[in-house]
Amino acid sequence: MFGVMKIINLAHGDMAVVAGYTAVFLVPKFHLPEVWSFLIVVPIFALLGYIVQRTLLQKSIDRDPFTTLLVTFGLSVVIENLLLEIYTANAQSINIGSLIVKSWQVNNTISVSYLSLTVLIVSVVVLGALQLFLSKTSTGRQIRAVSDDREAAQLCGTNYRHIFGIASSLAFATVALAGIAFGMYTSLSPTAGGVNLLFAFETVVIGGIGSLWGTLVGGILLGIAQQFGAHFNEQYTVLAGNILFLLVLAIRPQGLFGRKVVMS
Amino acid sequence: MSIDDFTPVVQSITVKRHQIPVAYTFAGAIALAVFFTWAPWILPASDVSILMNFFILVIMATMWNLLAGYAGMVSIGQQAFIGLGAYATLYFAIKGMDPFFAIPLAVIICAVIAFPVTYLLFRLRGGYFSVATWVVADSAMLIIGSIAFFGGGTGHYLPGLSNIAFKELNHDTYLAAWFVALIVVVATYILLRSRLGLVLSSVRDNEVAARSSGAKVTSTRRTIFIVAAAGCGAAGAVLAISQPFIQLGNEFNLQWAAEMLFASMIGGLGTIEGPILGCVIYFVLQQSLQNYGAWYLIIFGALAVGVAIWQPRGIWGFIRDKFHFELLPVGYRVQGAGVGEALPRRSVDWRPWRRTKETTSVEDADSP
Repeated sequence: MFGVMKIINLAHGDMAVVAGYTAVFLVPKFHLPEVWSFLIVVPIFALLGYIVQRTLLQKSIDRDPFTTLLVTFGLSVVIENLLLEIYTANAQSINIGSLIVKSWQVNNTISVSYLSLTVLIVSVVVLGALQLFLSKTSTGRQIRAVSDDREAAQLCGTNYRHIFGIASSLAFATVALAGIAFGMYTSLSPTAGGVNLLFAFETVVIGGIGSLWGTLVGGILLGIAQQFGAHFNEQYTVLAGNILFLLVLAIRPQGLFGRKVVMS
Repeated sequence: MSIDDFTPVVQSITVKRHQIPVAYTFAGAIALAVFFTWAPWILPASDVSILMNFFILVIMATMWNLLAGYAGMVSIGQQAFIGLGAYATLYFAIKGMDPFFAIPLAVIICAVIAFPVTYLLFRLRGGYFSVATWVVADSAMLIIGSIAFFGGGTGHYLPGLSNIAFKELNHDTYLAAWFVALIVVVATYILLRSRLGLVLSSVRDNEVAARSSGAKVTSTRRTIFIVAAAGCGAAGAVLAISQPFIQLGNEFNLQWAAEMLFASMIGGLGTIEGPILGCVIYFVLQQSLQNYGAWYLIIFGALAVGVAIWQPRGIWGFIRDKFHFELLPVGYRVQGAGVGEALPRRSVDWRPWRRTKETTSVEDADSP
């Protein structure tokens, strides 16, 4: 979604962590089982996304990409330290009761946990819904138009700031879902956001910037590289991924599926 | 009316760099230098320690400002070179060298490592460049952490300092931090006034025009990146001596990148004085909020975000543009009849991006 605005949000991973923390600490106050926390967190984040975009991010986008980088990096550091200060460095996870251990037994050797299955289905549904939204609705059309050519879209009467706000609220909503899913699977810590941002970034560059299929392949390759590293030593997990990334940068800077563009 | 009637109006235009006579600036600098060199003998030990950490941050912020403020490279991975500088010092100290003599060697090692790294990083631009610097820092940390010689994740004590008395060590470390900071700031000033600084200004104003006029943009950026890496290496080496228990998570902490970035941003990117001012603000905040955990960093970060959005030239940039005043001028100003006293050296904004397609577009189409 941030592709629409052509910015890089260095605080994106931290947003996911904040969503997870909201699910852990805020939702129980509504006496709702934490499994259903997304019902509350996702709308809050969608609203938050619009507000943050129209207040902070739009101002920095209006200035230049340089400012956007500094602002999102500043936000990332502030968010991480706020979480550390308020909720300590302890890892938190979203309590979903017995659902975490329940699984669907395919046969004796293969079993699929309900949680993984749910997350998979939800992500496919969300991606499909986003795709439909972008291709069928008027707002979706405007988002695509602003992404293609902002000036031309403006001349046709599109309010690009509002569109950016909507794009950002969609981005926040999806990242909130991701954060909650992450919190259910494993545990969240204040600094988890940065690590996840690094992995996401490596995936995109390995696959090739701007290529959707590339991103998928990049993700698979990164995962394989990390498992390969972990095979030798637990410490080498992340390092192996980083080395793959640096190798791709050295040998094929446009990424595996990227088109050769003049980098300037 | 003959042509002789046209007597050209002779305007005396002078081009000069300094507003304050150079002698005064120089005298002031000497006085400051004498004071800070004398400081450990007149100030209490706790103040000396604070000043020492202040100078370490000044080194980092000045280097980051050179990278981002002058060369447009937003690095969030400078902690790579802080860590490498610290660990290089550790290496030489374990091998039996005096840690203080290891500082210049750590600088050289960081510069040598930075050279090939630029060939990888310069393939990416903008935000991708920034995150890639972080990947490099992360990789450097993981590689150093996997070497058992350095104590892995648990850390290693810096040898070679135990035979020096605490007070003396505190003095020596302070002096090392102060001299390195002095060298870094003066070197940056000289560098920016040189031909290289001229290339940087031309790139900052218009990269395409600079390239087509034959400015060697990439090699200039490379030089700046290496200089910044060397400077951060020096900061890391001094840091290692000041906190002699070398720990992976401390030396390669992302917080270093955050501090240098916030300090330069608040003080004013693209000025020499700005980052130093930012460091002063940082230490005032840190000292007054020292009992409140990480709140000083949260406030400092929020302040930096606010400055980036509403006052992008920072505090010193604001002072410079408002009062047309500079302590350490890098460029020249034209003065004389008809030109106007004290024409601001940069009447245009210092960042080229602001006048690119993004901002010259149809603005405020949706405003009422």
